[in-house]
Formats: sequence, structure tokens, C-alpha cells
Amino acid sequence: MSFAVWMQALNLVLDPQVLIVILGAAVFGLLIGCIPGLTATMATALLVPLTFFMPPVPAVAAIVTATAMAIFSGDIPGALLRIPGTPASAAYANEAYLMTAKGHAELALGTCLVFSAIGGLFGTLVLIMFSPSLAEFALQFSSFEYFWLMILGLSAAVFVGSGSRLKASISLLIGLLIACVGMENPAAHPRFTFCLPELKSGIELIPMMVGLFAVSELLRYVTDMAPPPVVVATKIGNIFGGMWRLLKTYPVQLLRGSALGTLIGIQPGAGADMAAWMSYAASKKFSKEPEKFGTGHVEGIAESGAANNSALAGAWIPAIVFGIPGDSITAIAIGVLYLKNMNPGPTIFINHPENIYAIFIVFMLANLIMLPLGWLTVKIATKVLNVARNILMPTILLFCIVGAFAVTNSSLGVILILCFGVIAFVMEENGFPIAPVILGAVLGKMLEENLVTSLIKSDGDMLLFFTRPIAMWLAAATFIIVTWPLFKWLLQKR
Amino acid sequence: MKLHDTLSGLALLILALLIGWHAGSFPNVPGQQIGPAVFPKILASLLALCALLLILRGRQPATDQAWVQLGAWLQSPRHRRNFLVTLVCLFFYVLASEFLGFLLCGVLILCVMFYALSVKTSHIVPLALGITLLIHTLFYKGLRVPLPWGVLSPIQW
Repeated sequence: MSFAVWMQALNLVLDPQVLIVILGAAVFGLLIGCIPGLTATMATALLVPLTFFMPPVPAVAAIVTATAMAIFSGDIPGALLRIPGTPASAAYANEAYLMTAKGHAELALGTCLVFSAIGGLFGTLVLIMFSPSLAEFALQFSSFEYFWLMILGLSAAVFVGSGSRLKASISLLIGLLIACVGMENPAAHPRFTFCLPELKSGIELIPMMVGLFAVSELLRYVTDMAPPPVVVATKIGNIFGGMWRLLKTYPVQLLRGSALGTLIGIQPGAGADMAAWMSYAASKKFSKEPEKFGTGHVEGIAESGAANNSALAGAWIPAIVFGIPGDSITAIAIGVLYLKNMNPGPTIFINHPENIYAIFIVFMLANLIMLPLGWLTVKIATKVLNVARNILMPTILLFCIVGAFAVTNSSLGVILILCFGVIAFVMEENGFPIAPVILGAVLGKMLEENLVTSLIKSDGDMLLFFTRPIAMWLAAATFIIVTWPLFKWLLQKR
Repeated sequence: MKLHDTLSGLALLILALLIGWHAGSFPNVPGQQIGPAVFPKILASLLALCALLLILRGRQPATDQAWVQLGAWLQSPRHRRNFLVTLVCLFFYVLASEFLGFLLCGVLILCVMFYALSVKTSHIVPLALGITLLIHTLFYKGLRVPLPWGVLSPIQW
């Protein structure tokens, strides 16, 4: 059965239309990632209105490909300008830049590209091997387990990340409250609709994402006081030279980076950027020559470059199996899966196995075509980096408007991107992270449904939330995550 | 613009109370204890708790934050203008797109934004026309999104 499904999936992917979408998304991702200030999340948010019009497989393929490419190409401005193109490249942008300054730009960019691709493939393999069996296990879950799983995921998202936990919690609650708008709740009662019929079906996710991740970014650009970066036109030679030697020198680093990246990707809330930071730190800690770190040494780049791309695939494991996003990119992707009637969860392997396997194949393909396309991008990098951002940004604004309109077929979409753009801008200025908002908004309905179902089933007996074995463990894990900061604080006080 | 944590906390507390109060007006489902108000009420209580913690944190003597700290961009007339122009462009689209149609609105928005972001004057109109037509073709012809034609309906293609 499995082989037949793989063949079916391969057929889905090899459809010329899907291949064109993958190629287009790849180029789009590479360019967006390469331009500082435009992130992989923004690339996803901009793609979503387009995917609205596609069948499920090309829609998800576009997102998978664009993000994988954007995470790699974020390394390019890091190496050439010391400005990371996406937050995921920030950990080693300085190191890569120092290599360029020493005249080793080819080696730095080559390492970023090759190790990114291998890291991505590693994460994909883990995704392929573990998600079906995890899904089989998850089939035993009832509403109690799902309730705890979501609470666990959301608390991890808030309590594990860096920055203020309190502010992240507030962001998450705002997201969950946004999900309450409309009448798609177990009681089908219209809530917080302000008597607007348009809000009865809830707040549309796509305009909200475009507002939160694209319009806010535009507002940040127009208020940015920093002078535009100047690119020193450097000729970049063969970036693949010396890669084989590097792979033989750092096999452990490659494996460790990929494994750690995948693990970090799997747990909700921490995405590619944290994977890169932690891997860079791990690489320095276990290195035989830690004194070379920070002077333009390739080892840390190799390890964390692999980590951020593997994290991307890792984040899809909880997204596909449980419908719980690992980071803001998968949160957006889950929104797309729901729109395409491919509701994520363990049953997806029973209802639409060919679609899921097709996504796996796309992951493989994306990481493979990253090598030639990434090489091309590096070749034209100095031109891309010099692109006139004062022309690009208004174009993106118009694109956001049309995208929002396309989904709602009314001006409501444009009002939504405007409101959420301003909300995200103000929140970020005040130190409230945006990713938890989208996690909350995507998971809110499901969380409420599972909570209400469980409450009705238990008939007032709260003990039932803790007596089923798996639910108990999930509850315990949640408790540990939530109270851990308190413990740490108490320990420090003593 | 950075608000003092106490101020943000107060605003969030008021929001939480309003949500909780409004959720109180939701009717119960007959024969069922769990109504539509339960989940929003839980969220509102948690939000109120977080808001209180934020207020308390802001009151700690260690934090010597200003009540309202204006960002550097708010002091630069050009950046302040650009911020407003971006918002006004979005508003303009909401208000005028039905009447003027997408093409005219798009060209106008791009012209204004390009001008504000100091694109070379001679490039502004050709670029705005070209980009708007490109996006229009992609969405209207390619994806069949019914973008409004407005006053240009007679020459619709």
C-alpha cells in the first residue's frame, strides 16, 4: 500500500503545473530571503493569497519551497553585508561576514548552501520516518489528550522562547481571543461580531497574516532611520570548491547541527532562528578550536547553517501529525491546510495519504534544487542586494492589498490588513512578540472545541482531565514548562 | 512609540474587563452547562491576570521607563510622513476602490508611495503604470479575482 501511495504522490508532484509552482516559489523565496528586512515568514504570508487559488498539493508545495529557499538565501546578505536576510541567519552573519572580509566569500556562501541543503534533507528524513508512526499513536487520542497537547504546545511556544514570557503570554491570549470572533464555536452563537455580518464567519486568517507579517514589515521599513546598506561589488567565484573537504572535516558538526535543529524545530514555539543560535553555541562549546570562533571560522557556520534548515522540516512534524504549529511559518501553513480541506491531524494519513507523501517529496525536491538555484542566486546576489527597496516596498503594499481583496472579495480584507499591520507594528515596538498571536488565532477554535467537548464528556468531573494515562503525562509536562521559570527564580534566590 | 508597561497593562486590563463583561451577556445553551461564554471568559480572566502582572512589573522601582517614549522616527518629519502616507494609501483603497476601480487606485497609490520614498521623478509614473498592470493581469486574468473596474468599466478588457 505504501509503495502505491508513494507513486501516487510522485505523480501529484511531477505534474508540470506543480513543478512550475515549485520553481516559481523557489525563485520567489530566494529573492525575498536575500533582501534584508523581508523574512521567510513574510514570504509565506505573501504567498498565501496566491495559494488560495491552487489545489492542496501545489499550495503547500509553494510554501515549503519558498521557506526552505528563504532560510538559505538569508545567509547571503549576512555574508556580504553583515545584515542577516532573515532572523534565522543572524546567529552566524558576523562569522560569515568576517570570512568574506578575509577573502573567503566563496567558502562561506558555499558552506551555507551545501550544509543548508543537507540539513534540510536530514530534517525531511526525520519527518518522513517519524510522522506516520507518531500519527498512528495519535489516533488513540481523545479530546482530553488533544486539549493537553494544545495547551502544552502553546505553553512551550510562550515559555521556551526568548524575550518576555509575560508579554508572549499576552500576545497568545490576544490571538486566542481573535479566534473567538464569529459564530464558529460549539454553541454557534455569534460572538464579538459588533453586529457586522462579515464577521459572523470569524476573522479571515489570510488577511490577518498578511497584515501581521507583511504590512507591519512595510511600516517598519518606512520608519527605518538606518541608512540603506551599501554593497561592495565583489566578484564571487566557484562556491562549491572545497566543499567535499569541508564535509569530510566536519561530519560530526553536520550531524549534530541537523539533529539539534530538527529537535528544536519539532517543539512548538522555537523555530529556525533559535535552532541556529543554539547550534552555533553548541558548535563553539564542543569545538577543538573554540578560540577561532568569531574570527571568520567556518565550523560554526557549517553546524548552524544545517540546523536552521533542518528545523524548518522538524516544525512540520507536530503541524502535520497533531495540527499544532512548530513556528509561525507552520502556523500559516496549517491555516492553508484547513482552507484546502486537508485538516491536519493523524487522520490525514488515512484520508489523504497521497497528499502528505507529496509534501514529503516536495521537501526533498526543494532541498535538492536549492543547490543549483542557490548557486545562481549567489551569482546575481550583488544585483539583488542593490535592488531599489523604495520601488519594491510599495509594490509589495499593492500586492498585499490585492491579496487581501482576492480572499474576501471585499474591502473588508484591506481593512483587516490595515488593522493587523498597525497592531503588529505597535506590539513589536512595545516588545510583544507576534508569532504567538498567529499560533493562538490558528489553534483557538480547535482548543475551544476540545475543551468544551471534554467538559461536556466529564460532566463536571475535572479529574477526568488527568486520569487518562497520556493526558496525565501531557498535563505534567505542561505543568513543568509553566512552572519552570518560577523554580529557577526560587533556586536563584536561595 | 513605546508605552510604559503600567500603561500597556492598564489598557489590556480594561480590554480584558470589557471582553469578560460582554461575554457575560452570551445566552446559555438550553440543557447544557457549557455555553459560548465559557472560553472567552477563561481567556479574559487570564488576560486580566497577565495585565495585572504587567502593571506590577511596571511599578517596580528598578524600571525607570518614561510613560511614553517616542521612537526616533516620530521625531523625523520625513519618516512620520511616510508612516502616515502608507496608512492613508490603505484607507484610500478601502474608500475609493469601488468608485475608481483597482487600476486607477493602484496607480495613484504607487505614485504617492514612490514619491514619498523619493524614487526618481521621471520613473514614478511609468513604474506605477507597469507594476499596476502586471499585478492586475496576474490576479484578474490569471487568478480570476473580480478586481473592481469602477469608472473604467466602459473600457473593461
